[in-house]
Amino acid sequence: MDKDTIQEQLKEIIAVYVPDKEILGKLTPEHDLINDLKINSAHIVDIVLDVEEKYDIMIEDDAIMEMVTIGQAIEVIYGKVQEK
Amino acid sequence: MINNRVVITGIGVVAPNALGAADFEKALKEGRSGIRFFEESQSLNFRCQIAGKPLITEDYKARYFDDYYQNKLDNNAIIYACLAGFEAWENAGLIHHQNQIDFDSGMIIGSGALGLDGSNHAVFSKILAGDNKRLGSRAIPESMSSGAAAYLNKILGLGNRILSNSSACITGTESVLLGYEHLKLGKAKRMLCGSTEGDGIFIWGAFDAMRILTSDSNEDPTNGSRPMCDSSVGFVPGSGSGAMVLETLESAQSRGAKIYAEILGTYVNSGGLRDGGSMTAPNLNAVIQCMKNSLREAKVASNEIDLISGHLTGTKGDSTEIKNWKKALGGAQDKFPLINTPKSMIGHCIAGAGSIELVATLIQMEKSFVHGNYNIKKVNPDITAEIPLERIPMKTVHKEINTAIKANFGFGDLNCSIVLRKWKDG
Repeated sequence: MDKDTIQEQLKEIIAVYVPDKEILGKLTPEHDLINDLKINSAHIVDIVLDVEEKYDIMIEDDAIMEMVTIGQAIEVIYGKVQEK
Repeated sequence: MINNRVVITGIGVVAPNALGAADFEKALKEGRSGIRFFEESQSLNFRCQIAGKPLITEDYKARYFDDYYQNKLDNNAIIYACLAGFEAWENAGLIHHQNQIDFDSGMIIGSGALGLDGSNHAVFSKILAGDNKRLGSRAIPESMSSGAAAYLNKILGLGNRILSNSSACITGTESVLLGYEHLKLGKAKRMLCGSTEGDGIFIWGAFDAMRILTSDSNEDPTNGSRPMCDSSVGFVPGSGSGAMVLETLESAQSRGAKIYAEILGTYVNSGGLRDGGSMTAPNLNAVIQCMKNSLREAKVASNEIDLISGHLTGTKGDSTEIKNWKKALGGAQDKFPLINTPKSMIGHCIAGAGSIELVATLIQMEKSFVHGNYNIKKVNPDITAEIPLERIPMKTVHKEINTAIKANFGFGDLNCSIVLRKWKDG
């Protein structure tokens, strides 16, 4: 699975947690989940759970801390999927 | 001391037989039943395998919810309260702003066993499986008793008192009483008041174990709820939510709002679980005192009452309730008002009952009708010994209702009564 596919799938997962949907149309790896996309920090847990279910992977607490931007989240997911 | 007059300017409802106030009016008139058979109750050996549960559609949710609420919320008590509350707010002609707080408005949204809604099965299972890490951010608000108000207020942005009362089957009537008192004292201009109950085996199971639910109608669900009927053997559990916008008369008039009714008087009390009162049975003196005191505060005489909206669950307690009403109203058999309850159609919606039934009362006042008490083959003779048969309409009758009294009674020996008068301009 390539990173572009993961970005598209991640976009679908986070969409419901993003208050202003317009930004999703021009999503880039640099977008910060909380500061740019305005995702409520409590929903980071929900996104991690959704991602774990979608890819059948486990994301440890340390890795969650690294998922600040879309790009970093993609890297974490990509790495975990490779390990499978 | 400030002593504002308080009126009702908006209504909303999610009931087992209807979604929204307009549909609920139709359902009440035609006697539409919302009672259905539940396979899960059968497979788990419940005696009562029927219940009333709102049939929420994705389309109906989409009218009020954003995609997060639409797709992620799954506690039914919260979903019902958000739908009914938002409808009432809009029905009152009020708006909400994404980025503004209304400090003049608050809400009181009560609940019964909110955390025992069937949707929480998944939460319990994950914890029991040692998998609590897999609980998402909704697990807390979707099991806390104030969860319905919290989610509803995320939509509306109200900044005055936000309260979630819990008082068993009087929760809904009491929420209105509490909002009325808050407004009377001048502490807010508007209070969104209501209550909610979810559904499922964790709520119904314990009632079933007490043998107080209907067990003879699993093959014939729509006939299961039979308040005041000679053959009634128990109540049918229900779920749903009703909501009303309460407002000071001054606030309502200043914005030219449509006014349904004025709240003339209220009373809430307890029989203290003494003198015949217990966890499940009412202290009759307290019940009668509650009814009487609400009328006294309202300065309404018994002969002015056009409609009693009873509690009348469909148990053997119905005849006791009629006796209590009769005593509270002075004891004259020939002057007893019309009496009804929507429970034959929706079951007993527990903590949701009071608010749903108050909405039913307001609709009947506004549209000048009294809906039927359906499913009665023969009225319990203990009831006809007290009041004339024709005061118990079996089908919908056209009638102007100026003054109505509504009461509910609940576990823990709790009573609450509210007197309403239809609003006429001027």
